[in-house]
Order: sequence, then C-alpha cells, then structure tokens
Amino acid sequence: MDNKEKQKERILRVSGVNVLKCMKCGKCSGTCPSYDEMDYHPHQFVYMVEKGEIEPLLKSKSIYKCLSCFACVERCPRGVEPAKIVEAIRLEVIRKQGENHLKPNQIPQLLDEDLPQQAIVSAFRKYSK
Amino acid sequence: MQKIGVFVCWCGSNIAATVDVSAVSEALSHEPGVVYATNYQYMCSEAGQNTIKDAIKKYGLTGIVICSCSPRMHEATFRKTAAAAGLNPYMVEIANIREQCSWIHKDMATATEKAIILGKAAIAKVHLNAPLTASQSPVVKRALVIGGGIAGIQTALDIADAGFEVDIVEKSPTIGGKMSQLDKTFPTLDCAACILTPKMVDVAQHEKIKIYSYSEVEAVKGFVGNFEVTIRKKARYVNENVCTGCGLCTEKCPQKNVPNEFNLGMDKRRAIYIPFAQAVPKVATIDANYCMKLKTGKCGLCEKICTAGAIDYSQKDQLIEQKYGAIVVATGFNPIKLDNFEEYSYSQSPDVVTSLEFERITNAAGPTSGQLLRPSDGKHPHTIVFVQCVGSRDTSGCGKPYCSKICCMYTAKHAMLTREKYPDTDVYVFYIDVRTPGKNFDEFYRRAAEEYGVHYIKGMVGKVAPKADGKLMVQASDLISNEQLHIDADMVVLATAIEPDKSARPLATMLTASMDTNDFFTEAHPKLRPVESPTAGIFLSGTCQGPKDIPETVSQAGAAAAKVIGLLAKDTLTANPCVAHSDEMMCNGCSSCEKVCPYGAITYVDKEFRMPDRTVAIRRVAVVNEAVCQGCGACTVACPSGAMDLKGFSNSQIMAEVDAICK
Amino acid sequence: MQVNEIKEFRPKIVAFCCNWCSYAGADLAGTNRLNYPSDVKIIRVPCSCRVNPMFILRAFQRGADGVIICGCHPGDCHYTSGNYYARRRMTLLFSMLDYLGIEKERTRVEWVSAAEGAKFAATMNDFVETITKLGENKRLEDLRCKE
Repeated sequence: MDNKEKQKERILRVSGVNVLKCMKCGKCSGTCPSYDEMDYHPHQFVYMVEKGEIEPLLKSKSIYKCLSCFACVERCPRGVEPAKIVEAIRLEVIRKQGENHLKPNQIPQLLDEDLPQQAIVSAFRKYSK
Repeated sequence: MQKIGVFVCWCGSNIAATVDVSAVSEALSHEPGVVYATNYQYMCSEAGQNTIKDAIKKYGLTGIVICSCSPRMHEATFRKTAAAAGLNPYMVEIANIREQCSWIHKDMATATEKAIILGKAAIAKVHLNAPLTASQSPVVKRALVIGGGIAGIQTALDIADAGFEVDIVEKSPTIGGKMSQLDKTFPTLDCAACILTPKMVDVAQHEKIKIYSYSEVEAVKGFVGNFEVTIRKKARYVNENVCTGCGLCTEKCPQKNVPNEFNLGMDKRRAIYIPFAQAVPKVATIDANYCMKLKTGKCGLCEKICTAGAIDYSQKDQLIEQKYGAIVVATGFNPIKLDNFEEYSYSQSPDVVTSLEFERITNAAGPTSGQLLRPSDGKHPHTIVFVQCVGSRDTSGCGKPYCSKICCMYTAKHAMLTREKYPDTDVYVFYIDVRTPGKNFDEFYRRAAEEYGVHYIKGMVGKVAPKADGKLMVQASDLISNEQLHIDADMVVLATAIEPDKSARPLATMLTASMDTNDFFTEAHPKLRPVESPTAGIFLSGTCQGPKDIPETVSQAGAAAAKVIGLLAKDTLTANPCVAHSDEMMCNGCSSCEKVCPYGAITYVDKEFRMPDRTVAIRRVAVVNEAVCQGCGACTVACPSGAMDLKGFSNSQIMAEVDAICK
Repeated sequence: MQVNEIKEFRPKIVAFCCNWCSYAGADLAGTNRLNYPSDVKIIRVPCSCRVNPMFILRAFQRGADGVIICGCHPGDCHYTSGNYYARRRMTLLFSMLDYLGIEKERTRVEWVSAAEGAKFAATMNDFVETITKLGENKRLEDLRCKE
C-alpha cells in the first residue's frame, strides 16, 4: 500500500464514512451554508476521498470554513455523512502539526461578534484539540 | 419386497462410449429386489419404452430404475410409460448417468464404476418409493380483483372477456384509482381521463363483472381454486340500485367544508359527494364523518330533495361471502408522506406541492380548472423548480431505498407542458440521474430539454425557504458548474416517492402472500413468474408488486389475467403429489413447520386420540393442505419430532441414497 | 503405474443439489462436457432446505469424506426462502461438526444457478482437491456400517 492509499485508509477509519455509498446527488453541497466560502465543497470531499486525492483537501481552506452544522449529514439521502470526512481531514492536518493548543487568553481575539453561537462552539472544538 | 426392473440406456454412444452399459446392467441385476435388468440403445424411443412396458407386465415389476439422461429431460416420459403399463408413475426413479457421468468423465473404468453406484442409489431409493396419487381439487370459476385502479380494471376486463365471472373490490366509492387523478400521460400526452373513463364504463357495463365499490376484503380462507372471501361493503347511506347519480344532493348539502380527497384536499366538497363526474358507479356516498344528519340527527336535506328516494341513513355495513378460484392483488400505490423532508418546506408553504397535486392543478377538472395558478395567491407562477428523487433512493431511513421509476418521466412531462402553455415561465429540474428507459422515453425527456428549454440541472436541492415577499428561496447545488445556486421560485414541485398502499400489508397477511421489506408483493420468480405470488392462486397486477408506469401496469395486468384464465379454464387442479405430510401420532403441535412454510400450507387442528387407557385426549396436530404445498421440504427439517416428511423425497429415501453412495 | 493409481486415495463425496438450480447447473456442466472427478455423487432434492442435518451426519457415519450442498443463489430460490433456511441450518451444523473434529473444509454450501455449469464443475474440482488433501475422514465413521 503506498502512502496515498494509507492516507485514504486513515481518513476512512477516522471518519467512519463509507464513501462508496455516495450516489453523487449533491444534496450535501445544495444544503451547505458555507458553500460560497469553500474552495472544495462537501460533495467533492466525498468524491476526492473515494479517489484517494487527499493532499489537495489537506491544503484546502474548506476544512476551516465548515461550520460543523451537520446539515449535510442530516440531509444526505444515503447516510454518507460528509461533515465527518471534513472533520477527519482537519484532524489529519492537526495531527501532522503536532502540539499547537490554543491558549485561553487567545480566544477573545479570535471571536467575531457576528459569529453564530453554533460556529463558536464548533470553533472551540476545532481549535482546541 | 419390491420387484424392481433396471433399464440401462446407451443413448446411442452418448452413454455407451464412456460407460460399459452391459457391465452396469449386469452389476445392478445382482442388487436386492432386482428381478430384471437390461440395456438398450434408446430407452426413450418407442421400442425402448415398449421394452419397459413389456417387462413391467411380464415380471410384475413394482418399481423401475432407468439409468439414462437427466430426470429433468425424460422423467415425465418414463413416468407416462410406467402409467401406461399400469404401474404407478411415482414408482419410477432415474439414475442420471449421462449429464452427471458419461459426459463428464473420460475414463471408462471410473465412469462405469460411478454409473453402477448411481444405479444402486436409485435402486435403494425405489425400494422405499410408495405409489402416489395426485390429489384433485375443483376450481371455482370466478376471480376476485382487489383494487379498481387501471391495473384492476384491465385485469378484470381481460378475465371477463375470456368468459369468466369477475368481482372487483374497491375501497373508495369509485373505481379509477390514481390514473383518474392524472392529467396527461407520458410519453404520448393523451389525456388520462380520455383513455381511462371508457374502460371504466366497459367495466360497469360488462355482464361478467361485478363492482363492489366502497368495500374491503375482510377475511380470506381456502386455497387455490377454492378461496372463500368475506367482503365488507361499507355503508354509504345511499341505495346504490336506486341512486341515479343526478348529483342534486351533492350541490344542496349544507356541509360544504369537507376536504376533497380527489383533489388531494386542495378544494372542498360536500358531505354527500360523487368523487368526480365520470365516477363508476356513479352513485353518491355520504361521508359519515361530516354528515350532520348522521352526527347530530338534524338536517336530512338530501333525503328530502332526492327524487329517486335513494338516501338511507339507516344503512349498515354488509358482509358478503363469496367463493373464488383465483385472487388478483391490484392494490396500487400512494405518494409518501413528506414529514421527514422538512427542508423542502412542504408543510410551511402551500406553494410547495407534490407532483400529484401539481397534476390536479393542471387538470381541467381540478381545483383551478386547469389554470396553472399557485395555491397561495392564485397568481401565475413565473419560476417553477422541480425537485426529483424526493424520498426515493434514500437509504438514510427518511424515505424509500428504491427508485420510484415514474418520477423522471412525469417531471419531464410537467416541465414540458408548463413551458408549452406558459412560455414565459422558467422551469428548472434538479436531478441526480435522469432515468428514462422505455419506448420513446428518452426522446421525450430530450425534447423537454432541447425543444422546450427546460433547465435540467445535475444536483440536488438542499433547502427551500419561504421568503417574506411570498417567493420561495431554493438553495441547490449545480454539480457540473460546481456552484451553489439560489433561485427565487414561485412554486416548487416535489417528485415524491411512491409506496405501496397501506392496505397491502394486512391483505398480504390474509392471503399468506409474501412481501418484501418495502411492502411490495414478492413475485413467484423475479424473471420467469413475475405476475404470480409464491402462494398458489394469488396473482399480482400493477404497482403492488413494484413501481411501474401505466403501459407497464397494463401489460402486467394483462399477463396476470392470462394466468388467471389459465387457472380458471381448468375444471380441477392436479396437485404435485410430492408434498409434505405430517404423522399425527408424532406431531406435538409446536408450530415450527408452520413458521417456515413459505406458502401457508400448514394449519393446525385439534384432534381426538384414543389413549391406551381408553380415555380420549385432544391434541393439536399439523395438517398439510396438499393443494397449497409446493413440496420444498423446509418443514421436514424444521420439525423437531420428525413427524413431517416429504412424499417422494422422504427421509428414509434420501438416507438410502446416501447409504448406497457411501458404501 | 496403473496399480498405483487405483490404490491412491479416492474421496467419497456426496453432493446435495436442489432440483431447480444446482441440479440443472450440474446437468449443464455435463452438456458442456466439463470434467470433474467421478468421486462426486449427486443426490437430487427439491430444495436445499430439504437437506436434513441428519443426512449429512449419516453420510459421514457411512464413510463420506466430504459433503457439499448446492442451492439457488440468494433471492432466486424456487420456493422463495428455502436456500436461506439451508444456509442458516448448515452454518450451525458445520460449526458443530467442526467441533466434533470434522474439518470445516469437508462441508460446504455453494450457490449454483442453472446457468452456471462452469461454476458447478469448478466448485466440484476445487472441493475434491480440498478433500483429497485432507485425506480420509475417520471421525464419526461407524465401523458397524462397514461390511
């Protein structure tokens, strides 16, 4: 197994998603509230993981734009759960970075007043692991 | 002790080239019980068959073994030969020494050795054969069709045209089903009513067809050729034989506020109503849930104005018992409820409609008299979004896992007709895949896109949200241009998945007909017996078996009718005698066999047994209905006490074969 | 050479084939002249669900070296669900036989359709090879049954 396949294997294991269940309907991207902020969109995450194209996703800004609102998970007719893939990709990046915990005193500067509550909770989860 | 004759066939050189046939007949002649053994060039030829017949008579054979080709080839031939010579046809066993010996082995010694063993196994089995007689049961020459949609109508007409009596049971006040609610039909765009209503009239006028409208099947007993069915004729509070269908009562009734189910609740009807103008039978029905007279005792207006004197408030449900030889299930479909799909705002906005509702809106007899007006404000919509696969192909548990099959085509039809009548309307169709297999189907879809300018977009709608200005914000993905679209639509039409009618499940239980996990009836064989249920005498017509469009439904209805006619044309049914039977002395009534029987052939009776001490004990024992049993043998293995056995393939017979092979 | 070949171990194999699919598949293997060892002897049953575990025990008792049950593919059973019953029953029986010392390789359930003559022959070749490697089955054999 080459490095590319190992990486795919890891993403699949961490996310627990079966990408082969996807029937390419695009409802995840149709429902995504941060779609316009993203360079790669939810349906592309699923398809690119299926193809083993993980590298571009690791560099994508989409993984930080995902609100983890789980609308795509909720509405996917095939139960694919794209948000879990986005989460797994992000974890992969963080694990590669090593130790970079957020200090509590940094948090107020990062908070945007207009940010919805959900996004704040999500951001805490994302940056404090 | 049986007197057995062994006949070894050469099959020209097919067998004789690899198997030493005389060595086989010689070896088998020494087997116990064998009184005669011979070999011949072609056993299946007339001369060969005469050899068998002569030997049966000359040696008084009680069983014969034929070492020849596969029993799938000539078992029936040799059984007839035996019967012609006065031997019970089930005293014949075949040792397959061609397909399973001479043709697959090259070495003469091993092939001959194997042929002898196969012959010995057949001899061991025939020792334990018992003469079997196929049971005969009479056929009631009348068919029941459950459901009066296009499937039921077509089946009933075809059966009746062949000269058999048919009864249709329809749960609503009129026959016609879903097709009567449709506007145009794809791909030719004829109007549904124009092609359906003449058929409904044919049904009403056919002397061999009786319609039980506003009726339901209450109970089913019996088996193929002889079903006893109880039909509940619900009280409609109108004497069907007297009502002329003039409709005066339906105009004068003071209770005006009843949702009209024919128009899917988009307008109102009265408490006494005729579902639609071409209803068959054209008879009024009083809706007991809304009628003031029936609820409070005050009113009685319809009775006063009915010149025919047809109103009868004292009418009660009636139970009708009738016997049938065959039953056709044609219970049809319904669109699913959209409670699980809140993202499309179906419950929040009246302008989000299902396709069937859209069908009523565009129908000349519908709530808007055929004008395409949106339900909220009655204005012409200028942007319409069609969403496909709403609830279909959904394995998340919210919808149905299967493809509903008809949606791609009716959506293309809706989009095309909208563009044709109102060219100023923008029409978007969001699709996952466009599935148009069928004669002239793909051409039809392409015409919608190419000639009528319907915007087909590959992608799904993720969200529909009503806006303050009365528009609907549709958020969707376009997978090909890889962007998210936001469309302000006036109307959204959901291609809702279809599911079997809710009445199908309890009916399947009554009929012991099997169903799949989606509540579609299972066919006896998915390819070769698609219109029969595995339960003998039960036939399937239309969408109760799986999603289909009208042409397919009609052809299946005709096919089911042909099968019914084939059954009813017989005076008696000859059953396969190789059926299960239970030894009542050993049976302990545990129900294990009943649970595994795919045909519901096993029932239980309480039987009196005389005990050794001269008392009488009552025990529950299994009884196999030989007309229903197909002889699979599942019960014989399930039986913990060994009471159940299969005739023709009994435990002892198979065991004897095993012994002979392993010797 | 000839003498050696006769003395060589020849397994006894009983194959239960359902009438509608596998027996027809075996016939097709014959029609196509596809070879498989003559050690396989077929017993025709109406459906794989007719195979009573008793028959298999009896076969081993009488000295069979391997038993194979062939039925219609899942979903294709002539009697709708017979092959599912067979599969469940045999799963239980085979694990019990394994416990008793009859290796799992000696028992097998295969789905062979009426169109799969080639599969039937291939399955039988493979099964005979497996059994030949395993050698004679001594377990469960009832010496009283031997003449």
